[in-house]
Amino acid sequence: MPEIRLEKLVKRYGDVQVLHGIDLDMAENEFTVLVGPSGCGKSTTLRMVAGLESVTEGEIFIGGSPVSHLDPKDRGLAMVFQDYALYPHMDVARNISFALRLQKRPKEEIQAKVREVAEIVGLSEFLHRKPGALSGGQRQRVAMARALAKDSDIFLFDEPLSNLDAKLRGQMRAELAIMRQSVQKNMIYVTHDQIEAMTLADRIVVMHGGYIQQQGPPEELFKQPANKFVAGFLGSPPMNFMDVDLQEEGGIVVARGDGFGIAIPAEISNQIGKNSGKITLGIRPSDLNYDPNAAEDRALDLQVIVSEYIGAQSVLLCSCGSTNVTVELKSETPIALGETLRFAVRTEGIHLFDRATESAL
Amino acid sequence: MKAHFLNRVTPYAFLAPAGVIMVIALLYPLGYMIYGSFRDWDPSQNISETEFVGIKNYITLFFDPAFHESLSVTLIFAGSVVIAEMAIGVGLALLLDRNLRGMSILRTLFILPMMIAPVVVGLMWRYMYHPTVGTFNRTLKSMGLQGVDWLGQNALLSVIIADIWQWTPFIFILALAALQSLPRSALEAARIDGATPWQQIWYIKLPLMMPVLVVTGLLRLIDAFKVLEVILVMTEGGPGLSTEIVALRISRTATEFRELGTAAAMSNYLLILLLILTLAMLAFTRIQEARTARLARQVQEES
Repeated sequence: MPEIRLEKLVKRYGDVQVLHGIDLDMAENEFTVLVGPSGCGKSTTLRMVAGLESVTEGEIFIGGSPVSHLDPKDRGLAMVFQDYALYPHMDVARNISFALRLQKRPKEEIQAKVREVAEIVGLSEFLHRKPGALSGGQRQRVAMARALAKDSDIFLFDEPLSNLDAKLRGQMRAELAIMRQSVQKNMIYVTHDQIEAMTLADRIVVMHGGYIQQQGPPEELFKQPANKFVAGFLGSPPMNFMDVDLQEEGGIVVARGDGFGIAIPAEISNQIGKNSGKITLGIRPSDLNYDPNAAEDRALDLQVIVSEYIGAQSVLLCSCGSTNVTVELKSETPIALGETLRFAVRTEGIHLFDRATESAL
Repeated sequence: MKAHFLNRVTPYAFLAPAGVIMVIALLYPLGYMIYGSFRDWDPSQNISETEFVGIKNYITLFFDPAFHESLSVTLIFAGSVVIAEMAIGVGLALLLDRNLRGMSILRTLFILPMMIAPVVVGLMWRYMYHPTVGTFNRTLKSMGLQGVDWLGQNALLSVIIADIWQWTPFIFILALAALQSLPRSALEAARIDGATPWQQIWYIKLPLMMPVLVVTGLLRLIDAFKVLEVILVMTEGGPGLSTEIVALRISRTATEFRELGTAAAMSNYLLILLLILTLAMLAFTRIQEARTARLARQVQEES
């Protein structure tokens, strides 16, 4: 329903500034994921939208009107917390209905609503249990149901899955993705897990050090990272970075590093201008294919140090001159540790970053 | 075999000194008191010379209007101080549970009364209550009001006020500790769910503090039944019997009336009352623990 707009949002604790002017537009019914490492300001941003943290400077608009002076309850939102934040002395039904009871809605309406959302999250049998008698996953569902019951236009999630074990997390992530399709609301979701971000988001906002690094659809961020941080943060295993110098050799621009030289396609080199000096080359493991017959200027020769068998694929940690490079390989490929293998570089997979500013070229 | 035996004995060896002190300082006098309560016993007599009277002392007390008076004074005193202290202490804790400048100094100031020796508290309040030169009446008179006959007409109220002053801090610090250990995120969730500050207190904070508050209240109640020094110094039980709490009556029965047997029986009545309160408190904590354990087991069995 309403779009959310953050304008030059600043947060300071005393002399410490944790957010440096966040500008963000979230369209109607958009699922926005704020993602970044610990301390990047993503939770603070969410808590400011919720009204749990005060705004130092800037303004938050919901549906066009400024809200930063409003109490949380007057902003029309629901929130799911990392530690679930259930009311321990109330049973599941009373947890879910707390907001409705405060609004003094009619009893029948409240009961119907509780039954409805309990059905959605699969808690119907547990309505009369206290949170203490529920498992982690069930508590998470209660938190979800409590948020759903409020009928708010805006849903906030503060790392809702990070207290669950790996298997449950995957399951809940899938359920969230399903719920997402039927519940048309504005959702803001904070996580440090890039897989959650990639799978759930309409729009990913990558944050680091109190700044937004890049925002956009997951695919765009994955394919065209704006800087080295975004490139390294999204994708698993993470992107490989190597220091190179750009040199012109016989009419072709070559990225020359320690023990390799990769020809840069003309369309890229034309864009950045020749000889632009110190550069970081980024290649995702998925853009390196084992190919013994590849041409030398389109490939890396990698010496295998460690092989991590994870099923159909193995992740190989290799050395290329003085840098380490991670690649993926089908497990049936016969290799020996210490062996040197040739991996072809997909031309679409070449990312170049300025070594000083770390922004993409 | 020998090492095994030593291992089993060592803990008891370490406990032994404490055990000996318990027996000498607690069990022996207790047994002596129970034994003495069945005897007609004047302080000038050796206990072996006294006459066994069965439960006569208990029966006499049971029908003694002065003891009834004393018991009802004690009940009124204990009941009102605990209710008032709980209300004020918890209220203050709710009010001061925030990060303000200088709050730590304020908190320290608040708990000062508790650290003053009871006799000093009694003396202090006696001077403040003095009809002509006391702080209260001088203030009232300087404002053009009439003085109050604090320790005369209103003696019970006056000792109740002094006790509230002294012991509210106890409730305050425990309530504050309980408040600060509440789950922050549950309170934040309540704010988002639309609870006003009053509703947060009523529906979230107080119910979550309740286990601590119940135990604190019972502790205070037990203590209030045993209060002696402050009242002894302030009023000596008077005027008349108006502030003669049971502990004071016991001491007067033993010293002034020279009836050790009756005093012992009275002590036993008080002991039974306190025992019931203590058991109630223990039962309450045990029930709480058992409930938590049961819930945890339930979750474990299902997963």
